[in-house]
Amino acid sequence: MDLKGYVHKFSDDVNTDYIISGRHKFKTLDMKELAKYVMEDLDPEFYSKVISGDFIVAGRNFGCGSSREQAPLAIINANISAVIAKSFARIFYRNCINTGLPLIECDTDQIDEGDELEVDLQQGVLHNLSKGIDITITPLPAVMLKILSDGGLVEHFKKYGSFNFD
Amino acid sequence: MGKTIAEKILSNKSGQDVKANDIVVANLDFVMGQDGTSPLAIQAFREMQAARVFDPSRIAMVIDHSSPSPLEGVSELHRQMRVFAREQDINFYDIGEGVCHQLVPEQGHVGPGDLVIGADSHTCTYGAINTFSTGVGSTDLAAGLISGKLWFKVPETIKFILNGKLPKGVYSKDLILYLIGDVTADGATYLAAEYTGEAINDLSVEARFTISNMAIEMGAKAGLMEADQKTLEWVKQHSKKEFQPVKADADAVYAMIKEYDVSKLEPQIAKPHTVDNVAPLRAVAGTPIQQGVIGTCTNGRIEDLRIAASILKGKKVHRDSRLIVAASSRQVMLQAMREGLIEIIMEAGGVMVTPGCGPCVGTHNGVPSDGENVISTANRNFKGRMGNNKAFIYLGSPATVAASVINARITDPREYI
Ligand code: SF4
Repeated sequence: MDLKGYVHKFSDDVNTDYIISGRHKFKTLDMKELAKYVMEDLDPEFYSKVISGDFIVAGRNFGCGSSREQAPLAIINANISAVIAKSFARIFYRNCINTGLPLIECDTDQIDEGDELEVDLQQGVLHNLSKGIDITITPLPAVMLKILSDGGLVEHFKKYGSFNFD
Repeated sequence: MGKTIAEKILSNKSGQDVKANDIVVANLDFVMGQDGTSPLAIQAFREMQAARVFDPSRIAMVIDHSSPSPLEGVSELHRQMRVFAREQDINFYDIGEGVCHQLVPEQGHVGPGDLVIGADSHTCTYGAINTFSTGVGSTDLAAGLISGKLWFKVPETIKFILNGKLPKGVYSKDLILYLIGDVTADGATYLAAEYTGEAINDLSVEARFTISNMAIEMGAKAGLMEADQKTLEWVKQHSKKEFQPVKADADAVYAMIKEYDVSKLEPQIAKPHTVDNVAPLRAVAGTPIQQGVIGTCTNGRIEDLRIAASILKGKKVHRDSRLIVAASSRQVMLQAMREGLIEIIMEAGGVMVTPGCGPCVGTHNGVPSDGENVISTANRNFKGRMGNNKAFIYLGSPATVAASVINARITDPREYI
């Protein structure tokens, strides 16, 4: 799976309240609607700036805070192709795999706002096209790759009726 | 090689001899969802083409986050939960029953040695009674509802040894804030925490819940304690089920061991806008406060209301300030009424709202205005958390909040006890 797009850069500890505020998330299950408010408290213009396929890039502990699955779903529906960070909070991490949003863990110090990136998930490399450098990415464990490749946990359960990692 | 509490519980529940970093599929003893997460889980449940939940007696859904409903959209989501709960015959707690993390242990659903998931990040609360409980998202919840199982990466453990006795006027909330400030918001990411030592042994089970509740604020997957005599008695009072308490082995291997002497600890405050932005109260004493909040799954228990009432007794909430109080459950509220605590709080000028999450998460009840400072007993102070991203949230103990609203300034509660 090849992903290509531009970078929207954030700092450390972006919590799920920033990704999608509790003000909005309880109102509806319409994720297209919720997507309009993604990152609103950090950057009110964020949704209108995204070009389909862009990346969210951040520092440590991205997605900390609440267990709201609206966070990855709203990111997906804002047409972000993947989130790239130095590390992720655990529940957010699971939620991304379950909903089919690719996560890339790597050193993000050499990625800046507006950079153009190309990511090859199979090969495990990230090309920073703007800077002409390659960055190695940490591979996902087999269980998560299985769920992602089935298209998320809903599809996995539809296929097997329960967990099946054999 | 010995095992940690997390390794033992996940071994017991997966039927395999597991150690840290193994990935296992394990059997769940209990599964919980609240009104912010259950509607999506119900949708996933239907999409997964399931007909029945694995075991209705092992499942609860709770309406606590927006309760009673403030908006049509929310009312519709609540309706879907009620329909699902009736159709599947699961345990269901409607508006006013309380916060999920109070209800699940209080109603006797979980206990020592259990493996529990909840679609809410503070599900780690039940670690205080030796339960491996952890927060998940809605799709994991749906998978749990259907199969009674979930996959887990067995976490390594960070052990906190807390020596000494907490001084008067310093509470478990101050202790956990101090620890979070020390290890930071991601200091325990992917890890389980174990809390042990004299300071923990001295605490009531209620006060211990506050500590396990906030394990997630350092990134931890679970916040575990061993079951001592107090735990076993507490659990017996609340549940008829049989449990299998789990102790860590003496030669268990830890990712890190942190040891503290708590005997000189002072009241602590988490300053805006992160929970690990912690300082001793004296560093921010005198900061003007427009709103105080006592409640939430962190500090809305009967002991918390007793402490607050003891400070508010015969006093008035300052005219430049206001106080909102939410008991963590109907039972807690009833008990507080019997003890006359509600009368004290209301005579002081406090406002009681529905038992539940109260103003914690900005969905209703007590949204601050631009530029206002709030002092709350909750577990999060993120920008916008209470519904206004131009407000400032400080976190402290129930005693600190009570003392602060009397002066409309952040106040050391030890002046009042
Ligand atoms: S009280 Fe606050 S932190 Fe606790 S479950 Fe409710 S919203 Fe979450």
